[in-house]
Amino acid sequence: MSRILATAMCEFRIAFRNRWVTIATGMMVLFALVLSAAGSAPTGDVGVDRLSVTVASLTSLAVYLVPLLALLMSFDAVAGEVERGTLPLLLTYPVSRLQILLGKLIAHLAILALAVALGYGAAALVAVWSDPEAINGLGSLWRLVWTSVLLGATFLGAGYALSVLARRPSGAAGLAIALWLVAVVLYDLALLALIVTDGGGAFTTHALPLALLANPADAFRVFNLSAAQAVAAAGGIGGAAGAIPLWQSAASLLVWPLAAIALAVAAFRKVTP
Amino acid sequence: MTRTLTISRLTKRFQSVEALKAVSLTLEAGRRAALLGHNGAGKSTMMKIILGLIPFDGGEVSVCGAAPGSAAARSQLAYLPENVAFHPALTGEEQLRHYLALRGENPRQAMELLARVGLAHAARRRIGTYSKGMRQRVGLAQTLIGRPRLLVLDEPTSGLDPVSRRDFYDLLDGLSAEGTAILLSSHVLTEVEARTDRILILSGGALVAEGTLADLRARAALPIALLVRPAPGRAASLTAAFPEAVAGGDGLLRLSCAQAEKLPLLARIAALGGEVADLDVIPPSLEDIYSHFSRRDGQ
Repeated sequence: MSRILATAMCEFRIAFRNRWVTIATGMMVLFALVLSAAGSAPTGDVGVDRLSVTVASLTSLAVYLVPLLALLMSFDAVAGEVERGTLPLLLTYPVSRLQILLGKLIAHLAILALAVALGYGAAALVAVWSDPEAINGLGSLWRLVWTSVLLGATFLGAGYALSVLARRPSGAAGLAIALWLVAVVLYDLALLALIVTDGGGAFTTHALPLALLANPADAFRVFNLSAAQAVAAAGGIGGAAGAIPLWQSAASLLVWPLAAIALAVAAFRKVTP
Repeated sequence: MTRTLTISRLTKRFQSVEALKAVSLTLEAGRRAALLGHNGAGKSTMMKIILGLIPFDGGEVSVCGAAPGSAAARSQLAYLPENVAFHPALTGEEQLRHYLALRGENPRQAMELLARVGLAHAARRRIGTYSKGMRQRVGLAQTLIGRPRLLVLDEPTSGLDPVSRRDFYDLLDGLSAEGTAILLSSHVLTEVEARTDRILILSGGALVAEGTLADLRARAALPIALLVRPAPGRAASLTAAFPEAVAGGDGLLRLSCAQAEKLPLLARIAALGGEVADLDVIPPSLEDIYSHFSRRDGQ
Protein backbone atom coordinates (compact mmCIF):
# COMPACT_ATOMS: atom_id res chain seq x y z
CA MET A 1 0.00 0.00 0.00
CA SER A 2 2.79 2.44 0.85
CA ARG A 3 4.35 1.71 -2.55
CA ILE A 4 1.08 2.56 -4.29
CA LEU A 5 0.82 5.80 -2.34
CA ALA A 6 4.46 6.70 -3.04
CA THR A 7 3.84 6.17 -6.76
CA ALA A 8 0.66 8.23 -6.56
CA MET A 9 2.45 11.12 -4.79
CA CYS A 10 5.20 11.08 -7.39
CA GLU A 11 2.74 11.01 -10.30
CA PHE A 12 0.68 13.80 -8.79
CA ARG A 13 3.79 15.94 -8.45
CA ILE A 14 4.73 15.29 -12.08
CA ALA A 15 1.18 16.12 -13.25
CA PHE A 16 1.26 19.30 -11.20
CA ARG A 17 4.62 20.36 -12.69
CA ASN A 18 3.36 19.58 -16.19
CA ARG A 19 0.39 21.91 -15.54
CA TRP A 20 -2.06 19.03 -15.94
CA VAL A 21 -3.84 19.92 -12.72
CA THR A 22 -4.25 23.51 -13.89
CA ILE A 23 -5.36 22.56 -17.39
CA ALA A 24 -7.92 19.98 -16.22
CA THR A 25 -9.38 22.21 -13.52
CA GLY A 26 -9.40 25.29 -15.77
CA MET A 27 -11.20 23.45 -18.56
CA MET A 28 -13.88 22.02 -16.28
CA VAL A 29 -14.56 25.33 -14.51
CA LEU A 30 -14.66 27.28 -17.77
CA PHE A 31 -17.05 24.91 -19.53
CA ALA A 32 -19.28 24.55 -16.47
CA LEU A 33 -19.60 28.32 -16.11
CA VAL A 34 -20.34 28.78 -19.80
CA LEU A 35 -23.04 26.11 -19.58
CA SER A 36 -24.69 27.54 -16.50
CA ALA A 37 -24.69 31.01 -18.09
CA ALA A 38 -26.18 29.66 -21.31
CA GLY A 39 -28.70 27.52 -19.44
CA SER A 40 -30.01 30.38 -17.28
CA ALA A 41 -32.69 31.49 -19.74
CA PRO A 42 -35.24 28.64 -19.87
CA THR A 43 -36.39 28.14 -16.28
CA GLY A 44 -39.60 28.45 -14.32
CA ASP A 45 -41.93 26.52 -16.59
CA VAL A 46 -39.88 23.31 -16.48
CA GLY A 47 -41.09 22.72 -12.94
CA VAL A 48 -37.75 21.66 -11.47
CA ASP A 49 -35.22 23.67 -9.53
CA ARG A 50 -32.48 25.56 -11.25
CA LEU A 51 -29.63 23.27 -10.14
CA SER A 52 -31.31 20.14 -11.55
CA VAL A 53 -31.45 21.84 -14.93
CA THR A 54 -27.79 22.76 -14.62
CA VAL A 55 -26.95 19.15 -13.71
CA ALA A 56 -28.73 17.94 -16.86
CA SER A 57 -26.58 20.28 -18.98
CA LEU A 58 -23.43 19.35 -17.03
CA THR A 59 -24.14 15.67 -17.72
CA SER A 60 -24.01 16.31 -21.45
CA LEU A 61 -20.79 18.25 -20.96
CA ALA A 62 -19.18 15.58 -18.77
CA VAL A 63 -19.91 12.82 -21.27
CA TYR A 64 -17.48 14.49 -23.67
CA LEU A 65 -15.04 16.25 -21.39
CA VAL A 66 -14.35 13.67 -18.65
CA PRO A 67 -13.31 10.86 -21.05
CA LEU A 68 -11.19 13.34 -23.00
CA LEU A 69 -9.36 14.56 -19.88
CA ALA A 70 -8.89 10.99 -18.66
CA LEU A 71 -7.40 9.84 -21.96
CA LEU A 72 -5.14 12.89 -22.22
CA MET A 73 -3.71 12.18 -18.77
CA SER A 74 -3.30 8.43 -19.23
CA PHE A 75 -1.98 7.87 -22.76
CA ASP A 76 1.59 8.76 -21.69
CA ALA A 77 1.56 6.62 -18.52
CA VAL A 78 3.49 3.60 -19.81
CA ALA A 79 4.54 4.73 -23.32
CA GLY A 80 6.20 7.79 -21.80
CA GLU A 81 8.21 5.64 -19.38
CA VAL A 82 9.26 3.40 -22.26
CA GLU A 83 10.36 6.35 -24.38
CA ARG A 84 12.25 8.11 -21.58
CA GLY A 85 13.93 4.81 -20.70
CA THR A 86 12.77 4.91 -17.08
CA LEU A 87 10.77 1.67 -17.24
CA PRO A 88 13.56 -0.98 -16.99
CA LEU A 89 14.97 0.55 -13.81
CA LEU A 90 11.51 0.92 -12.27
CA LEU A 91 10.70 -2.74 -12.99
CA THR A 92 13.80 -3.92 -11.11
CA TYR A 93 12.41 -2.32 -7.94
CA PRO A 94 10.41 -4.47 -5.52
CA VAL A 95 7.11 -3.04 -6.72
CA SER A 96 4.55 -5.00 -8.75
CA ARG A 97 3.13 -3.79 -12.05
CA LEU A 98 -0.33 -3.72 -10.47
CA GLN A 99 1.00 -1.38 -7.78
CA ILE A 100 2.59 0.91 -10.38
CA LEU A 101 -0.66 1.22 -12.36
CA LEU A 102 -2.78 1.66 -9.24
CA GLY A 103 -0.46 4.44 -8.05
CA LYS A 104 -0.81 6.25 -11.36
CA LEU A 105 -4.58 5.68 -11.29
CA ILE A 106 -4.97 7.19 -7.82
CA ALA A 107 -3.01 10.30 -8.80
CA HIS A 108 -4.88 10.82 -12.06
CA LEU A 109 -8.22 10.09 -10.44
CA ALA A 110 -7.49 12.64 -7.71
CA ILE A 111 -6.74 15.29 -10.34
CA LEU A 112 -9.92 14.42 -12.22
CA ALA A 113 -12.00 14.50 -9.02
CA LEU A 114 -10.54 17.89 -8.16
CA ALA A 115 -11.29 19.29 -11.62
CA VAL A 116 -14.82 17.88 -11.64
CA ALA A 117 -15.61 19.07 -8.10
CA LEU A 118 -14.37 22.60 -8.79
CA GLY A 119 -16.09 22.79 -12.19
CA TYR A 120 -19.45 21.51 -11.02
CA GLY A 121 -19.09 23.46 -7.79
CA ALA A 122 -18.70 26.69 -9.74
CA ALA A 123 -21.82 25.92 -11.78
CA ALA A 124 -23.73 25.05 -8.61
CA LEU A 125 -22.71 28.33 -6.96
CA VAL A 126 -24.04 30.27 -9.93
CA ALA A 127 -27.32 28.33 -9.81
CA VAL A 128 -27.85 28.75 -6.06
CA TRP A 129 -26.87 32.42 -6.18
CA SER A 130 -29.60 33.21 -8.72
CA ASP A 131 -32.20 30.83 -7.27
CA PRO A 132 -32.12 29.80 -3.57
CA GLU A 133 -34.54 26.95 -4.37
CA ALA A 134 -31.73 25.33 -6.31
CA ILE A 135 -30.27 23.97 -3.07
CA ASN A 136 -32.75 21.06 -3.52
CA GLY A 137 -30.72 19.86 -6.48
CA LEU A 138 -27.54 19.20 -4.48
CA GLY A 139 -28.30 15.48 -4.42
CA SER A 140 -28.19 15.21 -8.19
CA LEU A 141 -25.00 17.31 -8.25
CA TRP A 142 -23.30 14.89 -5.84
CA ARG A 143 -24.46 11.96 -7.99
CA LEU A 144 -22.92 13.67 -11.00
CA VAL A 145 -19.59 14.08 -9.19
CA TRP A 146 -19.09 10.46 -8.21
CA THR A 147 -20.36 9.05 -11.47
CA SER A 148 -17.99 11.40 -13.31
CA VAL A 149 -15.11 9.97 -11.27
CA LEU A 150 -16.18 6.41 -12.20
CA LEU A 151 -16.47 7.39 -15.86
CA GLY A 152 -13.02 8.94 -15.63
CA ALA A 153 -11.60 5.76 -14.06
CA THR A 154 -12.93 3.73 -16.99
CA PHE A 155 -11.20 5.91 -19.54
CA LEU A 156 -8.03 6.17 -17.45
CA GLY A 157 -7.84 2.38 -17.46
CA ALA A 158 -8.51 2.27 -21.19
CA GLY A 159 -5.84 4.94 -21.70
CA TYR A 160 -3.26 2.88 -19.75
CA ALA A 161 -4.11 -0.18 -21.84
CA LEU A 162 -3.61 1.82 -25.06
CA SER A 163 -0.39 3.26 -23.64
CA VAL A 164 0.94 -0.26 -23.04
CA LEU A 165 -0.12 -1.54 -26.46
CA ALA A 166 1.22 1.43 -28.43
CA ARG A 167 4.64 1.53 -26.68
CA ARG A 168 5.27 5.02 -28.12
CA PRO A 169 3.56 8.20 -26.86
CA SER A 170 2.68 9.40 -30.37
CA GLY A 171 0.97 6.10 -31.20
CA ALA A 172 -0.77 6.05 -27.83
CA ALA A 173 -2.08 9.59 -28.36
CA GLY A 174 -3.52 8.61 -31.73
CA LEU A 175 -5.21 5.54 -30.29
CA ALA A 176 -6.60 7.58 -27.39
CA ILE A 177 -8.19 10.14 -29.71
CA ALA A 178 -9.61 7.30 -31.84
CA LEU A 179 -11.11 5.64 -28.77
CA TRP A 180 -12.64 8.92 -27.66
CA LEU A 181 -14.20 9.54 -31.07
CA VAL A 182 -15.63 6.03 -31.32
CA ALA A 183 -16.85 5.60 -27.75
CA VAL A 184 -18.20 9.08 -27.15
CA VAL A 185 -19.18 10.52 -30.54
CA LEU A 186 -19.58 7.89 -33.27
CA TYR A 187 -21.29 5.30 -31.04
CA ASP A 188 -24.16 7.67 -30.28
CA LEU A 189 -24.42 8.79 -33.89
CA ALA A 190 -24.68 5.17 -35.01
CA LEU A 191 -27.37 4.47 -32.41
CA LEU A 192 -29.33 7.53 -33.51
CA ALA A 193 -29.13 6.43 -37.15
CA LEU A 194 -30.37 2.95 -36.20
CA ILE A 195 -33.27 4.38 -34.18
CA VAL A 196 -34.31 6.55 -37.11
CA THR A 197 -34.25 3.69 -39.64
CA ASP A 198 -35.88 1.28 -37.17
CA GLY A 199 -38.84 3.59 -36.52
CA GLY A 200 -39.74 2.28 -33.04
CA GLY A 201 -39.38 -1.40 -33.94
CA ALA A 202 -37.59 -4.29 -32.26
CA PHE A 203 -34.23 -2.56 -32.18
CA THR A 204 -35.47 0.46 -30.24
CA THR A 205 -37.30 -1.61 -27.65
CA HIS A 206 -34.87 -4.51 -27.15
CA ALA A 207 -31.37 -3.84 -28.45
CA LEU A 208 -31.10 -0.13 -27.66
CA PRO A 209 -31.14 -0.44 -23.85
CA LEU A 210 -28.39 -3.06 -24.05
CA ALA A 211 -26.40 -0.92 -26.45
CA LEU A 212 -26.63 2.03 -24.06
CA LEU A 213 -25.49 -0.08 -21.09
CA ALA A 214 -22.59 -1.50 -23.09
CA ASN A 215 -21.02 1.94 -23.48
CA PRO A 216 -19.75 3.53 -20.23
CA ALA A 217 -20.41 7.05 -21.52
CA ASP A 218 -24.03 6.24 -22.35
CA ALA A 219 -24.52 4.39 -19.07
CA PHE A 220 -23.26 7.52 -17.32
CA ARG A 221 -25.71 9.73 -19.20
CA VAL A 222 -28.64 7.36 -18.72
CA PHE A 223 -27.96 6.95 -15.01
CA ASN A 224 -27.71 10.66 -14.25
CA LEU A 225 -30.67 11.68 -16.36
CA SER A 226 -33.05 9.00 -15.12
CA ALA A 227 -31.95 9.40 -11.50
CA ALA A 228 -32.68 13.12 -11.71
CA GLN A 229 -35.90 12.50 -13.62
CA ALA A 230 -34.63 15.14 -16.00
CA VAL A 231 -35.15 12.99 -19.05
CA ALA A 232 -37.49 15.53 -20.59
CA ALA A 233 -34.91 18.29 -20.19
CA ALA A 234 -32.29 16.31 -22.10
CA GLY A 235 -34.08 14.60 -24.95
CA GLY A 236 -32.27 12.80 -27.77
CA ILE A 237 -30.57 9.55 -26.84
CA GLY A 238 -31.37 10.40 -23.25
CA GLY A 239 -35.02 9.87 -24.14
CA ALA A 240 -34.43 6.14 -23.99
CA ALA A 241 -33.14 6.45 -20.46
CA GLY A 242 -36.56 5.91 -18.94
CA ALA A 243 -36.66 2.34 -20.26
CA ILE A 244 -33.58 1.24 -18.31
CA PRO A 245 -33.79 0.44 -14.58
CA LEU A 246 -31.48 2.57 -12.45
CA TRP A 247 -29.60 -0.41 -11.01
CA GLN A 248 -28.57 -1.55 -14.46
CA SER A 249 -26.94 1.70 -15.47
CA ALA A 250 -25.33 1.93 -12.02
CA ALA A 251 -23.94 -1.58 -12.43
CA SER A 252 -22.52 -0.68 -15.84
CA LEU A 253 -20.86 2.40 -14.31
CA LEU A 254 -19.26 0.25 -11.58
CA VAL A 255 -18.17 -2.69 -13.73
CA TRP A 256 -16.55 -0.70 -16.54
CA PRO A 257 -13.72 0.86 -14.47
CA LEU A 258 -12.81 -2.58 -13.05
CA ALA A 259 -12.81 -4.15 -16.50
CA ALA A 260 -10.72 -1.35 -18.03
CA ILE A 261 -8.12 -1.45 -15.25
CA ALA A 262 -7.95 -5.25 -15.33
CA LEU A 263 -7.31 -5.03 -19.08
CA ALA A 264 -4.56 -2.45 -18.54
CA VAL A 265 -2.84 -4.54 -15.87
CA ALA A 266 -3.05 -7.70 -17.99
CA ALA A 267 -1.48 -5.85 -20.93
CA PHE A 268 1.22 -4.27 -18.71
CA ARG A 269 2.19 -7.68 -17.30
CA LYS A 270 3.09 -8.85 -20.81
CA VAL A 271 5.56 -6.01 -21.41
CA THR A 272 9.23 -7.02 -21.54
CA PRO A 273 11.38 -3.89 -21.45
CA MET B 1 31.61 -18.24 1.01
CA THR B 2 27.95 -17.64 0.20
CA ARG B 3 27.00 -17.45 -3.43
CA THR B 4 25.05 -14.34 -4.30
CA LEU B 5 24.63 -15.12 -7.96
CA THR B 6 24.66 -18.54 -9.61
CA ILE B 7 24.16 -19.04 -13.33
CA SER B 8 24.45 -22.45 -14.93
CA ARG B 9 24.21 -23.27 -18.62
CA LEU B 10 22.12 -20.17 -19.34
CA THR B 11 20.79 -20.05 -22.90
CA LYS B 12 18.80 -17.28 -24.53
CA ARG B 13 17.54 -17.09 -28.10
CA PHE B 14 16.06 -14.13 -29.97
CA GLN B 15 14.25 -15.78 -32.88
CA SER B 16 17.10 -17.48 -34.77
CA VAL B 17 19.94 -15.64 -33.02
CA GLU B 18 21.52 -17.38 -30.04
CA ALA B 19 22.29 -14.45 -27.74
CA LEU B 20 23.69 -16.56 -24.87
CA LYS B 21 25.18 -20.04 -25.28
CA ALA B 22 25.33 -22.16 -22.11
CA VAL B 23 26.91 -19.46 -19.94
CA SER B 24 27.83 -20.50 -16.39
CA LEU B 25 29.23 -18.31 -13.66
CA THR B 26 29.05 -17.75 -9.93
CA LEU B 27 29.61 -14.63 -7.90
CA GLU B 28 30.27 -14.77 -4.17
CA ALA B 29 29.37 -12.14 -1.59
CA GLY B 30 31.80 -9.24 -1.56
CA ARG B 31 33.38 -10.08 -4.91
CA ARG B 32 33.59 -7.73 -7.85
CA ALA B 33 33.42 -9.12 -11.38
CA ALA B 34 33.82 -7.21 -14.62
CA LEU B 35 31.94 -8.32 -17.70
CA LEU B 36 33.72 -7.44 -20.93
CA GLY B 37 32.64 -7.96 -24.50
CA HIS B 38 31.94 -6.31 -27.84
CA ASN B 39 28.66 -4.58 -28.47
CA GLY B 40 26.21 -7.41 -29.05
CA ALA B 41 28.31 -9.97 -27.18
CA GLY B 42 25.41 -10.63 -24.79
CA LYS B 43 26.38 -8.47 -21.79
CA SER B 44 23.14 -6.50 -21.59
CA THR B 45 21.04 -9.59 -22.32
CA MET B 46 22.70 -11.42 -19.44
CA MET B 47 22.16 -8.48 -17.10
CA LYS B 48 18.49 -8.20 -18.06
CA ILE B 49 18.02 -11.91 -17.35
CA ILE B 50 19.66 -11.58 -13.93
CA LEU B 51 17.38 -8.60 -13.21
CA GLY B 52 14.32 -10.61 -14.26
CA LEU B 53 13.42 -8.15 -17.01
CA ILE B 54 13.42 -10.74 -19.79
CA PRO B 55 12.79 -14.51 -19.71
CA PHE B 56 15.42 -17.08 -20.72
CA ASP B 57 15.21 -20.30 -22.69
CA GLY B 58 17.43 -22.77 -20.86
CA GLY B 59 19.64 -23.24 -17.82
CA GLU B 60 19.28 -22.01 -14.27
CA VAL B 61 19.69 -18.62 -12.63
CA SER B 62 19.58 -17.98 -8.90
CA VAL B 63 19.80 -14.46 -7.45
CA CYS B 64 20.35 -14.44 -3.67
CA GLY B 65 18.72 -17.88 -3.57
CA ALA B 66 15.59 -16.75 -5.42
CA ALA B 67 14.36 -16.80 -9.01
CA PRO B 68 15.32 -13.70 -11.02
CA GLY B 69 12.50 -11.17 -11.10
CA SER B 70 10.80 -12.57 -7.98
CA ALA B 71 9.97 -10.14 -5.21
CA ALA B 72 12.66 -11.69 -2.99
CA ALA B 73 15.34 -11.26 -5.67
CA ARG B 74 14.30 -7.72 -6.56
CA SER B 75 14.37 -6.57 -2.97
CA GLN B 76 18.03 -7.62 -2.70
CA LEU B 77 19.51 -6.30 -5.93
CA ALA B 78 20.15 -2.86 -7.30
CA TYR B 79 20.63 -1.91 -10.94
CA LEU B 80 22.21 0.95 -12.80
CA PRO B 81 21.20 0.92 -16.47
CA GLU B 82 23.40 2.19 -19.25
CA ASN B 83 22.28 5.77 -20.02
CA VAL B 84 20.14 5.96 -16.90
CA ALA B 85 17.09 8.24 -17.26
CA PHE B 86 14.65 9.90 -14.88
CA HIS B 87 11.57 12.05 -15.22
CA PRO B 88 12.86 15.53 -16.09
CA ALA B 89 10.16 17.31 -14.08
CA LEU B 90 11.31 15.87 -10.73
CA THR B 91 14.21 17.17 -8.65
CA GLY B 92 17.04 14.83 -7.71
CA GLU B 93 15.81 14.76 -4.14
CA GLU B 94 12.20 13.97 -5.10
CA GLN B 95 13.33 11.18 -7.42
CA LEU B 96 15.43 9.58 -4.69
CA ARG B 97 12.67 9.96 -2.10
CA HIS B 98 10.42 8.05 -4.48
CA TYR B 99 12.96 5.25 -4.95
CA LEU B 100 13.53 5.05 -1.20
CA ALA B 101 9.79 4.72 -0.63
CA LEU B 102 9.56 1.96 -3.26
CA ARG B 103 12.23 0.01 -1.36
CA GLY B 104 10.42 0.56 1.92
CA GLU B 105 13.18 2.81 3.28
CA ASN B 106 12.85 6.17 4.98
CA PRO B 107 12.66 8.92 2.30
CA ARG B 108 14.63 11.24 4.58
CA GLN B 109 17.83 9.48 3.54
CA ALA B 110 17.60 11.12 0.11
CA MET B 111 19.85 14.09 0.92
CA GLU B 112 22.45 11.90 2.61
CA LEU B 113 22.60 9.60 -0.44
CA LEU B 114 22.93 12.55 -2.81
CA ALA B 115 25.73 13.94 -0.65
CA ARG B 116 27.55 10.61 -0.90
CA VAL B 117 27.69 10.94 -4.70
CA GLY B 118 28.54 14.64 -4.53
CA LEU B 119 25.18 16.00 -5.67
CA ALA B 120 23.95 17.74 -2.52
CA HIS B 121 24.26 21.16 -4.15
CA ALA B 122 21.91 20.24 -7.01
CA ALA B 123 19.40 18.19 -5.00
CA ARG B 124 16.60 20.75 -5.36
CA ARG B 125 17.04 21.35 -9.07
CA ARG B 126 15.02 19.49 -11.68
CA ILE B 127 16.73 16.50 -13.25
CA GLY B 128 15.89 18.01 -16.66
CA THR B 129 18.62 20.60 -15.99
CA TYR B 130 21.27 18.00 -15.02
CA SER B 131 24.27 17.04 -17.15
CA LYS B 132 24.80 13.41 -18.16
CA GLY B 133 27.39 12.95 -15.41
CA MET B 134 24.96 14.31 -12.82
CA ARG B 135 22.19 11.97 -13.97
CA GLN B 136 24.67 9.12 -13.75
CA ARG B 137 25.33 10.09 -10.12
CA VAL B 138 21.61 10.08 -9.32
CA GLY B 139 21.65 6.59 -10.82
CA LEU B 140 24.54 5.62 -8.56
CA ALA B 141 22.81 7.09 -5.52
CA GLN B 142 19.72 4.94 -6.10
CA THR B 143 21.86 1.79 -6.20
CA LEU B 144 23.10 2.56 -2.67
CA ILE B 145 19.59 2.37 -1.18
CA GLY B 146 19.15 -0.23 1.53
CA ARG B 147 22.36 -2.32 1.37
CA PRO B 148 21.72 -4.43 -1.73
CA ARG B 149 23.37 -7.88 -1.80
CA LEU B 150 23.93 -7.76 -5.54
CA LEU B 151 24.74 -4.72 -7.65
CA VAL B 152 24.34 -4.93 -11.43
CA LEU B 153 25.99 -1.98 -13.15
CA ASP B 154 25.83 -1.50 -16.93
CA GLU B 155 28.65 0.82 -18.04
CA PRO B 156 28.56 2.64 -14.70
CA THR B 157 31.35 5.14 -15.29
CA SER B 158 30.33 6.38 -18.74
CA GLY B 159 29.90 10.14 -18.57
CA LEU B 160 31.92 10.53 -15.37
CA ASP B 161 35.14 12.54 -15.23
CA PRO B 162 38.32 10.83 -13.92
CA VAL B 163 37.97 12.19 -10.38
CA SER B 164 34.34 11.05 -10.17
CA ARG B 165 35.37 7.64 -11.47
CA ARG B 166 37.85 7.23 -8.67
CA ASP B 167 35.22 8.31 -6.12
CA PHE B 168 32.81 5.84 -7.67
CA TYR B 169 35.22 2.92 -7.37
CA ASP B 170 35.92 3.96 -3.78
CA LEU B 171 32.19 3.66 -3.12
CA LEU B 172 32.21 0.19 -4.68
CA ASP B 173 35.17 -0.85 -2.52
CA GLY B 174 33.17 0.16 0.56
CA LEU B 175 30.13 -1.81 -0.59
CA SER B 176 32.06 -4.95 -1.44
CA ALA B 177 33.82 -4.80 1.93
CA GLU B 178 30.33 -4.93 3.48
CA GLY B 179 29.54 -8.07 1.47
CA THR B 180 27.81 -6.76 -1.65
CA ALA B 181 28.59 -8.73 -4.79
CA ILE B 182 29.13 -6.52 -7.82
CA LEU B 183 28.76 -7.36 -11.50
CA LEU B 184 29.71 -4.51 -13.80
CA SER B 185 30.33 -4.06 -17.47
CA SER B 186 32.75 -1.48 -18.75
CA HIS B 187 34.65 -0.39 -21.80
CA VAL B 188 37.31 1.39 -19.79
CA LEU B 189 39.61 -1.58 -19.34
CA THR B 190 42.31 0.15 -17.31
CA GLU B 191 39.96 0.93 -14.43
CA VAL B 192 38.45 -2.56 -14.52
CA GLU B 193 42.00 -3.94 -14.28
CA ALA B 194 42.69 -2.11 -11.05
CA ARG B 195 39.35 -2.31 -9.33
CA THR B 196 37.82 -5.75 -9.84
CA ASP B 197 38.62 -9.23 -8.56
CA ARG B 198 37.61 -11.17 -11.62
CA ILE B 199 37.22 -10.63 -15.32
CA LEU B 200 34.66 -12.37 -17.53
CA ILE B 201 34.94 -12.05 -21.28
CA LEU B 202 31.83 -12.70 -23.37
CA SER B 203 32.14 -13.15 -27.09
CA GLY B 204 29.32 -14.10 -29.44
CA GLY B 205 27.14 -15.13 -26.50
CA ALA B 206 29.69 -17.52 -24.98
CA LEU B 207 31.93 -17.01 -21.97
CA VAL B 208 35.36 -17.33 -23.59
CA ALA B 209 37.53 -16.47 -20.59
CA GLU B 210 37.15 -16.10 -16.86
CA GLY B 211 39.60 -15.45 -14.06
CA THR B 212 41.80 -12.89 -12.40
CA LEU B 213 43.89 -10.68 -14.59
CA ALA B 214 47.00 -12.73 -13.73
CA ASP B 215 45.20 -15.95 -14.76
CA LEU B 216 44.14 -14.48 -18.06
CA ARG B 217 47.59 -13.06 -18.69
CA ALA B 218 49.20 -16.47 -18.12
CA ARG B 219 46.62 -18.24 -20.27
CA ALA B 220 46.87 -15.83 -23.16
CA ALA B 221 50.70 -16.12 -23.10
CA LEU B 222 51.08 -12.97 -25.08
CA PRO B 223 54.62 -11.75 -25.83
CA ILE B 224 56.24 -9.14 -23.64
CA ALA B 225 57.68 -6.08 -25.36
CA LEU B 226 61.06 -4.58 -24.44
CA LEU B 227 62.12 -1.16 -25.61
CA VAL B 228 65.86 -0.54 -25.63
CA ARG B 229 67.38 2.91 -26.05
CA PRO B 230 70.99 2.66 -27.26
CA ALA B 231 73.66 4.86 -25.72
CA PRO B 232 74.77 7.70 -28.07
CA GLY B 233 76.61 6.30 -31.14
CA ARG B 234 76.00 2.66 -30.18
CA ALA B 235 72.85 2.00 -32.21
CA ALA B 236 74.70 0.06 -34.91
CA SER B 237 76.48 -2.31 -32.53
CA LEU B 238 73.25 -2.93 -30.59
CA THR B 239 71.37 -3.75 -33.76
CA ALA B 240 74.12 -6.24 -34.56
CA ALA B 241 73.82 -7.81 -31.12
CA PHE B 242 70.05 -8.22 -31.49
CA PRO B 243 69.32 -9.14 -35.10
CA GLU B 244 65.70 -10.01 -34.17
CA ALA B 245 64.99 -6.47 -32.94
CA VAL B 246 62.94 -4.01 -34.94
CA ALA B 247 64.32 -0.48 -35.10
CA GLY B 248 61.71 2.21 -34.61
CA GLY B 249 61.89 5.63 -36.20
CA ASP B 250 62.40 7.13 -32.74
CA GLY B 251 65.79 5.43 -32.32
CA LEU B 252 64.38 2.73 -30.00
CA LEU B 253 64.93 -0.97 -30.57
CA ARG B 254 61.82 -3.07 -30.05
CA LEU B 255 62.18 -6.68 -28.87
CA SER B 256 59.47 -9.12 -27.96
CA CYS B 257 59.65 -12.44 -26.17
CA ALA B 258 57.51 -15.01 -24.40
CA GLN B 259 57.08 -14.81 -20.63
CA ALA B 260 59.61 -17.62 -19.99
CA GLU B 261 62.32 -15.94 -22.07
CA LYS B 262 62.03 -12.61 -20.35
CA LEU B 263 64.81 -13.01 -17.75
CA PRO B 264 67.42 -14.54 -20.12
CA LEU B 265 66.77 -11.69 -22.54
CA LEU B 266 67.11 -9.12 -19.77
CA ALA B 267 70.41 -10.75 -18.79
CA ARG B 268 71.66 -10.44 -22.38
CA ILE B 269 70.75 -6.75 -22.47
CA ALA B 270 72.30 -6.10 -19.06
CA ALA B 271 75.52 -7.83 -20.20
CA LEU B 272 75.99 -5.10 -22.81
CA GLY B 273 76.58 -2.59 -20.01
CA GLY B 274 77.34 0.92 -21.30
CA GLU B 275 75.92 0.28 -24.77
CA VAL B 276 72.36 0.61 -23.38
CA ALA B 277 71.07 4.00 -22.21
CA ASP B 278 67.61 2.92 -21.06
CA LEU B 279 65.24 -0.06 -21.01
CA ASP B 280 61.45 -0.39 -20.68
CA VAL B 281 59.61 -3.67 -20.12
CA ILE B 282 56.01 -3.53 -21.28
CA PRO B 283 53.74 -6.43 -20.25
CA PRO B 284 50.70 -7.12 -22.44
CA SER B 285 47.92 -4.67 -21.54
CA LEU B 286 44.39 -5.68 -20.67
CA GLU B 287 43.39 -4.41 -24.11
CA ASP B 288 45.79 -6.93 -25.69
CA ILE B 289 44.51 -9.78 -23.53
CA TYR B 290 40.90 -8.80 -24.18
CA SER B 291 41.45 -8.71 -27.94
CA HIS B 292 43.23 -12.05 -27.78
CA PHE B 293 40.28 -13.81 -26.12
CA SER B 294 37.45 -12.11 -27.91
CA ARG B 295 39.06 -12.70 -31.32
CA ARG B 296 39.49 -16.41 -30.79
CA ASP B 297 36.07 -17.09 -32.25
CA GLY B 298 37.16 -15.60 -35.53
CA GLN B 299 35.60 -12.22 -34.77
